Amino acid sequence: MSTRYIGKRMKRNEDPRLLTGRALFTDDVHLPGMLHVAFLRSDYAHGRIKGIDTSFAREIPGVVAIYTAEDLGDYWRPGPLLVPPPPVEGRVFHARTQVPLARDKVRHVGEPIVMVVAESRYIAEDAVEQIFVDIEPLPAVTDLEQALAPDAPLIHEDLDSNLAAHIIQQKGDYAEAVEKADVVIRRRFYYDHGVAAAMENRGIVAWWDGKAERLTMWDTTQAPVVIRNGIAAMLGLSESQVRVIAPFIGGAFGPKIMMFYPEEVLLPWAAMQLNRPLKWIEDRRENFMSTTHERDQIHWAEIALTKDGKILGVKDEFIHDSGAYDPYGLTVPINSQCTLLGSYDIPNYYSDMKVVFTNKMIVTPYRGAGRQHGVFVMERLLDLAARELGMDVTEIRRKNYIPPDKFPYNNEIIYQDFAPLVYDSGNYEPLLDKVLALIEYEKFIKEEQPKLRAEGRYVGIGVVSYVEGTGIGPYEGARVQVETTGKVNVATGVGTQGQGHFTSFVQVVAEHLGVDPKDIYLVTGDTDIFHWGTGTFASRGMVVAGNAINSAAERVKRKILQMASQELEAPVEDLVLEGGFVRDQRHPESFVALKDLAVKANPLRGAVKADAEPGLESTAYFGPERGATAFGTHAMIVEVDPETFDVKILRYVAGHDCGVMVNPLIVDGQVRGGVAQGIGNAFYEKIVYDDQGQLLTASFMDYLVPTSMEVPHIELVHTETPSPLNPLGVKGVGEAGAIPVAPLFVQAVENALAPLAELEITEAPISPNRLFELVQEARQKV
Amino acid sequence: MKPPPFDYYAPDTLDEALALMAQHGYGAKALAGGQSLVPTMNFRLAAPSVLVDLNRIPDLSYIRLAPDGGLLIGAMTRHVQAEKNPKVADKHPLLHATMPNIGHPQIRNRGTLGGSIAHADPAAELPALMRAVQGRIKAQSARGSRWIPADDFFQGFFTTALAEDELITELHLPPLPAGSGWAIEEVARRHGDFALVGAFAILHLDGAGRCDHVRISLFGVGDGPMLATTAMGVLRGEKLDDEAIATAAEAAAQKDVDPPSDVHATASFRRHLVNVLVQRTLTQALARAAGQEVTA
Repeated sequence: MSTRYIGKRMKRNEDPRLLTGRALFTDDVHLPGMLHVAFLRSDYAHGRIKGIDTSFAREIPGVVAIYTAEDLGDYWRPGPLLVPPPPVEGRVFHARTQVPLARDKVRHVGEPIVMVVAESRYIAEDAVEQIFVDIEPLPAVTDLEQALAPDAPLIHEDLDSNLAAHIIQQKGDYAEAVEKADVVIRRRFYYDHGVAAAMENRGIVAWWDGKAERLTMWDTTQAPVVIRNGIAAMLGLSESQVRVIAPFIGGAFGPKIMMFYPEEVLLPWAAMQLNRPLKWIEDRRENFMSTTHERDQIHWAEIALTKDGKILGVKDEFIHDSGAYDPYGLTVPINSQCTLLGSYDIPNYYSDMKVVFTNKMIVTPYRGAGRQHGVFVMERLLDLAARELGMDVTEIRRKNYIPPDKFPYNNEIIYQDFAPLVYDSGNYEPLLDKVLALIEYEKFIKEEQPKLRAEGRYVGIGVVSYVEGTGIGPYEGARVQVETTGKVNVATGVGTQGQGHFTSFVQVVAEHLGVDPKDIYLVTGDTDIFHWGTGTFASRGMVVAGNAINSAAERVKRKILQMASQELEAPVEDLVLEGGFVRDQRHPESFVALKDLAVKANPLRGAVKADAEPGLESTAYFGPERGATAFGTHAMIVEVDPETFDVKILRYVAGHDCGVMVNPLIVDGQVRGGVAQGIGNAFYEKIVYDDQGQLLTASFMDYLVPTSMEVPHIELVHTETPSPLNPLGVKGVGEAGAIPVAPLFVQAVENALAPLAELEITEAPISPNRLFELVQEARQKV
Repeated sequence: MKPPPFDYYAPDTLDEALALMAQHGYGAKALAGGQSLVPTMNFRLAAPSVLVDLNRIPDLSYIRLAPDGGLLIGAMTRHVQAEKNPKVADKHPLLHATMPNIGHPQIRNRGTLGGSIAHADPAAELPALMRAVQGRIKAQSARGSRWIPADDFFQGFFTTALAEDELITELHLPPLPAGSGWAIEEVARRHGDFALVGAFAILHLDGAGRCDHVRISLFGVGDGPMLATTAMGVLRGEKLDDEAIATAAEAAAQKDVDPPSDVHATASFRRHLVNVLVQRTLTQALARAAGQEVTA
C-alpha cells in the first residue's frame, strides 16, 4: 500500500507549543477567587486514629475550610473497584479499596487524613502543620513473605489474613514435563519495579459554576471520560453537568489511570460546598508517597528442559505486593503471570500467584505493568539454562521462539482483558538477526571481548527477547468533521500525556482526506467535545483510538466522494482527495474544494434527503476482538569498573516490532523513552521503605532517575509484522522499551564480570553496592 | 513543599548584613546561592525566621592572587566563576579539577563557594578540599573578623565554627607546595550527585624521593570532611610505591573512617570505596609529583 502520511517520520505538531511553554497544563489554570488545597497525610504506615484537633489550624488567617472524614458525611465511601478479578476458576479475591480521607485507621504513609482549603498553598501548608492527629501506631506489614505469616498484623481487620488474592493458572501438565526433562533449574527471583516519576505530578482544578449548574474539572488523568461519569454519579449530577478536561500532561505512564484518587473525589465536592474554584497541585514529596507505585514480586520459578535446550515446561509460584488497597484488581500480577511465557513456545506451565496487602502505597500499573517481572524471571531462567547446558544465550532463545507458522498463537493464560492471550502475529528470528548484526554479536564475542579482557577491561554483552500484549479493548471512539472553514476537526475521548497524538492521529486523518496536517485540529481528553471511551493505557492509543479515527475518517471520505461524484459528474473511482480538494483524475481541471462540499452538506435552505446526516462528519468506534502482541529483542554492551562497580552502557540496540508504524519517529521516541525508564529500573531507581513502613526515598535526591547523562544513545532496528486484528495493522508501543532492560542489564553485567567472579544475579534493580556484595559472596563460595 | 513564613532582608552593604545577623542571631540564616537552603526550607526541614540575602552586596565576589601565591576568593563567588577562571586553572589546578564535580551546571551557576563551606555538607567537595589544602576561612561579624583554619572550622554534621552572627566573607587557599602532586576522585551514583565517597590527595617528595608532605582528605564517609591521618602517617618519610600506597589505602579504609549506611551505600561498601579511591588518588598524585601527565 502506498501511503501519503501513514509511515512518515513527521516531526511532532505539538512540540512548538510544548517546548515554548505555550501548552496548557493543569497548573496553568487560574480562576478568579480560586482557593488552594493541601493535605495532612499520615506519617505512620499503620495506626489507629484516636483524635484529630484542627482548632489551631482554623485560627490561621486565610484558612477557609478544613475537612476530616467525619465532615464528609454520606459522601465518604470507599472508591470503586476499577478492575474486577479475571474469571479464573477457584480464584480468591478480596476487594479493599482506598477511601477519600482515612477514618478509624491509616494503612500507609501518605494516606490523606485531613484536607485544608486556604487562600494560598503556603497558608494551607502552614495550617497542615498546626493540625494534630493522635495516632496509636500498629506494627507495620512491609515484607511480602511475612505478610502471610499467621501472626502478621491485619491491615484489613475484617479479613482472616493479608491475602488479597490467590490465582492459579496452568496449561499442559508441568509434572509430565519434569518427568521428561534432562535438566530442571529452580531459583528464587526478586524483581522490584519503581515509580513512574513523571515530570508533572498530579493536579486538579475543580470549579462549580453555580449559575450554569456545571462542574468543570481539569485533571491530570489518563481517563477523563471515566472520571466524568464517576464524579457525576458520586455528586448526584447528570453526566452532562460535568466536564472533565485532561489538558496537556507531563507524562503519566500508568499511575494517572488509577481511579479515583482521594483528591479527585474531594476537590469537586469541596468546590461545590464552598462555591469557589479549588486547586491542588501535588508536590514531589506527595507524589512519592501518594501516587501509585509498582513494586516488588518474589518468584520461586522452575524450568524443565531437554539437554539440547528445548523448554518442556515452566513452573512459578510468586507473591505480589498490592499495597494497602487493591482498587486496580489484579492487572499487574496477571500481566506478570501471562507475559512470563514471553516469546517462547512452552507447552506446560503452572503458575500460582498470591497477592498480599502491605502497609505501603497502592500498586497499579506503571509502564510495563507487571510484564517486566515475568520477563525477568523467564529470561533469567533461560540464561541459567544456557549456562548449565553450555549454550549461547541467543541460541537457546532461537531454539524456543514460537515459530512464524504457529501464529495466531494461543498462550492459553488469561490476560488483563480477561481472555486467554492469543498472539495475533509475530516473526521473531528475523528481528533477532537484525539486532545481532547491528551490535556485531559474533565479532564482539570472538574478537573484541577477548582483546579488551586482555587489557584488563571488564566488558560484557547481553541479548534478551520479550513480547508485549498491547491494544486491548473494550473500545474507543472518534469523530471527524470537515468544516465549512476547510479545516478538519477530530475528537477522541483518550487523553494525551506526551505520546504525540497531535501528530500520529492527525496523520491517519490526513491519509484519508488528503488535507495538510496543519489544517487538522485535534481535541483529546475533553468530555464536552467527546464523551465516549475508556482512556489512555495498556499501549492502546494508536491501536484502539487510532483505528476509531481511521474508521471515522474513512466514512467521511466516502461521504465526500459521493457528494463530489454528483458535483463533478464523475465516477467515485476517478476521484482523488488532495490538498483540500477533490479532483477528477481524468479531468484535472474538474475539482471541488472540501470546504465548499461541507457547505453543501449543511445547507441553510432547500431540501435534503429524509435520511441524510448533515455535514461531512462521522463518528466511529473501534473495539478489537483482542489485543495485538508486539515483540522485541534488545542487546547491550556494558563495561563494569571492577573496583567501584559502576556500570557504563557502551552500546544499546533495541529491536522492536509494533506492526505498521504510523510515525516511525514517534515510535523511536517511545522505544527510547521506555528504555530510559528501563535503565532506571535496572540500575538506579528503588523505592525503599524501612521495616516500620517509612518511605526513605521521597525526593529525587534519594530516588535516582536516570538523566540524559546516564542514558546512552539507543540504536534502533525495526521489523513490521502487521496485526491482522485492526485495519491499520498497528500494535501498541508505549510500554515496549521499558520491559526487557533489567534482565538484559544483569545478563550483560554477569558476562562482563565473568573473569572476576561467576555471578548469578537473580534480582533487579542492581546497584554498585549490591554488585560489590554479590561479587564478595561469589568469591567466598569458590 | 512551601516554606513556612519568614522575614526577608536584602541588604546592600556588608555592614548592613552584619548588623542584621547581629540583631536576629540564631533565627537568621544567610542566603547565598540558595541551592541547599531553599530546598531545605521547602521541605520544612529548616525554618529560619529571618533570611538575610547576600546577593545584593557588591565586592563579595572575586578571585585574587594571595601574597603567598595562593588564592583569595570572595564568599559569594559562584561555582561557575571558579570553574571557568583562568587564574584558578593556572594557580590552583586542584580547585580547577574539583569544580566540575559539584552538582550540575545549573547548580554551579547559582551556588557559591562561601555557601558550600558554611553549609558543611559531609558529602560535599569544597569542605574536604579546604582541609586537603589547609585553607582558611574568614569569618566576619559586627564585632570584627577572624581567620579560621579549615581543620578547626568543620565541627560535625552540618556544623561549623561560625558564631551565629558571623558570615563567611573570604576563603584563602594556599598554593600547593611547589612540585607536589594532587588528585581528586569521587564515586557518585550519577554525575552531579553527592558523592558516596570522595577523596583528595596531595603529596610532595623530597630530593631523595621520600614523601615529606601528604594530605588525604575524605568526604561522604563521616559527619564532616575528614583527614585520613593514619594513612598519612603510613606514607610520611617513605619512598612511595604501589605497595606503600596499598598499605596506606587499607589503613584509611580500616582505621581512619567509620562510614555511615544509607539507601545508596552500606558502611562496608563505603569502606571499600575509601580503599579504592585513596589508592587511585595517591597513584595519580604520585604520578603528577613525578612530573607525569595524568588524565583522570
